[in-house]
Amino acid sequence: MDFFGSLLSSMPGAVAQGLIWGIMAIGVYITYRILDVADLTVDGSLGTGGAVCVILILNGVPVAAAMAAAVLAGMLAGAVTGLLHTACGIPAILSGILTQLALYSINLRVMGAGTGAGKANLPVSVDKYRLLLSARYVRAADATNPNLVLIVAVALIIGVLYWYFGTESGCSLRATGANEAMARAQGINTNVAKVLGLALSNGLVAFAGALLAQYQGFSDINMGRGAIVIGLAAVIIGEVLLSRVFRNFALKLAACVIGAIVYYMVIQVVLLAGLSTDDLKLLTALVVALFLSVPYWKGRLSAKKGAQKKGGASRA
Amino acid sequence: MLEIKNVYKTFNAGTVNEKRALNGLSLSLADGDFVTVIGGNGAGKSTMLNVVSGAYSVDAGSIAIGGVDVTRLPEYKRAAYIGRVFQDPMMGTAATMQIEENLALAARRGQKRGLSAGITRAERAQYKELLAVLGLGLEDRMTSKVGLLSGGQRQALTLLMATLKKPKLLLLDEHTAALDPKTAAKVLDATEQIVQRDKLTTLMITHNMRDAIAHGNRLVMLYDGRVVVDVAGEEKKKLTVEQLLEKFSEVSGSSEADDKLLLS
Repeated sequence: MDFFGSLLSSMPGAVAQGLIWGIMAIGVYITYRILDVADLTVDGSLGTGGAVCVILILNGVPVAAAMAAAVLAGMLAGAVTGLLHTACGIPAILSGILTQLALYSINLRVMGAGTGAGKANLPVSVDKYRLLLSARYVRAADATNPNLVLIVAVALIIGVLYWYFGTESGCSLRATGANEAMARAQGINTNVAKVLGLALSNGLVAFAGALLAQYQGFSDINMGRGAIVIGLAAVIIGEVLLSRVFRNFALKLAACVIGAIVYYMVIQVVLLAGLSTDDLKLLTALVVALFLSVPYWKGRLSAKKGAQKKGGASRA
Repeated sequence: MLEIKNVYKTFNAGTVNEKRALNGLSLSLADGDFVTVIGGNGAGKSTMLNVVSGAYSVDAGSIAIGGVDVTRLPEYKRAAYIGRVFQDPMMGTAATMQIEENLALAARRGQKRGLSAGITRAERAQYKELLAVLGLGLEDRMTSKVGLLSGGQRQALTLLMATLKKPKLLLLDEHTAALDPKTAAKVLDATEQIVQRDKLTTLMITHNMRDAIAHGNRLVMLYDGRVVVDVAGEEKKKLTVEQLLEKFSEVSGSSEADDKLLLS
């Protein structure tokens, strides 16, 4: 098949992956943009979501219940990070790293549950269990197509979050991220808000993990490695492409998902162009570093220009 | 309404940077008192407001608001009793949230925040009226992000937020110091109006001695973490800047540098 032919045929898969990681990116958006915390727990909690979901399905738990449990496990992980930060005074970024590291062992144990040892990979077959989605049907033209399920899931999540962040509780979270001193002066328990936000975020990330494990047909100890960077990439690509048009909060969340889809499409293109998958993480890190530094350099550049103008005026 | 009893607060205790900010501070405000607070840099003015609001904990002593001992109460819980306006216009509002959202946050000070709407239609109408009173044109920009406002506008908004839900105690920490003179006068006027209208018990720190004399029914001067001058009623009304300076040199053992600090 020619380049464009294979590119075209890889797109449904890219969209599906983008939708799954888009849900994860919404989780990252909640901490990174709304709460103003860079939360590294997600590298662990994505795997936790996958591990909990798969092990429960393999033990006969209905898929819906297994996914709910995965979300709860992720929320718990987020709450632990939140408590390390607020109740123990550990810097947020380090709290996330600690939880993430602990989750590595926990994820191994979860996947190895019943065997007495840890397990790094746990397959789940779509033939034996009624999974919510599978990569196998990614080109199917009927209701089994994972993209259909994913679009519904994304729409539901955005709807619920749009409602929540308009409530008193949601507003207190936003205020905490926007100005902590002000939030406390208005009687908001900012510690509770942070724990709540981290739990919510990691619940979403674990949900994405549960979807991803079913989609790819296995849960893996490494599935969350570098998740934070992919999530950030999605958030930033979404903002760069759409922040001028998407002002509404729901649309901003949608921009994260679109950012993730674009990210996976671009990945498909560079892979088909001959890049090795081994180099993907390097490429992702470079792209995110570039986009994160753009606002900073823009600021420095305009500050310099401003100074030059002032200098010129005083000389005149 | 406010009872500060024998409060001590030392920063960086045991280090070379040790700074005793409050040194047995006692101050008692009656219901409806509007007290202006002056004092040189490092006299403990801001620290006093910060221990009252709960931003800092005290080393010793006690603080009660409206008869409730709040000494051990965390900042966010004390907020139920206290409205605050800070010196920095950036500090009192959430820049990335809308004007009406900021007001809605303030309207819920001291209440449980659940899953009901963060702002209701009835509130919007009420805020529109309240903003119109400020005369800054903010009533037509209710959904603008606060970050787009000027320092004066933000400070006026913060004042409105601090008093939206009538506080037992209003704390003003040099809230006009960062503004240009014209805006400062406007914000101070608005302050006077609101305090009179709602008969708020108020503590206002200021660097400007004329303002300290012109406003409020009582004036206290802090020096070295303690109240050293406390005048009220008729005596305060007749006070002049010269007399204040004199009083200051009396208590401080005077040095020109100190006078300059007081005037700055």
